[in-house]
Amino acid sequence: MHIPDGFVNIPVAAATYVASGGSLAYAVRRTNEELGDKQVPLMGVMGAFIFAAQMLNFPVAGGTSGHLIGGALATILLGPWAGMLIMTSVLVVQALIFQDGGLVALGANVFNMGVVACLVGHYAFTWLKRLLGERNWGAVISGFVAAWASVVAAAIVCALELAISGTSALAVALPAMTLVHILIGIGEGLITVAVLVFLAATRRDLLQLRPVEGGER
Amino acid sequence: MKRKWWIVGLLIALAVTLISPLASAWPDGLERVAEDKGFIEDAQDAPYEVIPDYVFPGIGNEAVATILAGIVGTLVVFGLAYGLGALLRRREAT
Repeated sequence: MHIPDGFVNIPVAAATYVASGGSLAYAVRRTNEELGDKQVPLMGVMGAFIFAAQMLNFPVAGGTSGHLIGGALATILLGPWAGMLIMTSVLVVQALIFQDGGLVALGANVFNMGVVACLVGHYAFTWLKRLLGERNWGAVISGFVAAWASVVAAAIVCALELAISGTSALAVALPAMTLVHILIGIGEGLITVAVLVFLAATRRDLLQLRPVEGGER
Repeated sequence: MKRKWWIVGLLIALAVTLISPLASAWPDGLERVAEDKGFIEDAQDAPYEVIPDYVFPGIGNEAVATILAGIVGTLVVFGLAYGLGALLRRREAT
């Protein structure tokens, strides 16, 4: 879902740069207050894994592929604020070194796949988990739905940006983007759950670190 | 080895790049929509290129070039995210 330059106009690019910058400033503050020593290497490992996994496009319907975004996964493990910083690390490296996602559009990409994906993943996961209780399958379902919702939400915001930029009419972009990402989101959910189950089986302690999260303040 | 669990994590991420040549080459969701709805032509080329398309330049074998690009990116992101964390971590009052 990396937006190349040319898809968003200057006002949308500027607005999303400002929105992402503000969100990241807050994320830096929260992370600074709450990130524990053990979570420092986990940030590096999550960033590395998400970058690598984003290279693995999986086929979905009709000659279309998708890949993990990872915002929900990073958020479930480290909270939305550290999650945003991890996603921003991935997206900045992709834009600067791999020419994946435009430089002008970087603010929009950070906003969609960093800010929106992490916040939607965070709220979906915490609400669902509260609903389902502290059961193992509750965490699995919550993780799947949070990951799926984070992708669909990012796609919807992306469609809005394309429409406001005049690149594509909202009536065209919104249903098209939402529909294809409803499918891609299933892959996101499956990969996210696979990683959570793997960690639960091997390093349960990493799942139980207190995430840098919103709420109780 | 217990103390260096994150090395295992980094190795897993690097291992993932080894299967990156098998990734689907089909356009992703946004590219597909842009092609179908006729605005793919709006996309502009980057002003410069370092490792475009996740293929390390100057290497004949594309699978090797892809894996190498993946390893470089994975290590750079690891360093960046780890560095951010180290810089920002909560410090106990001393």
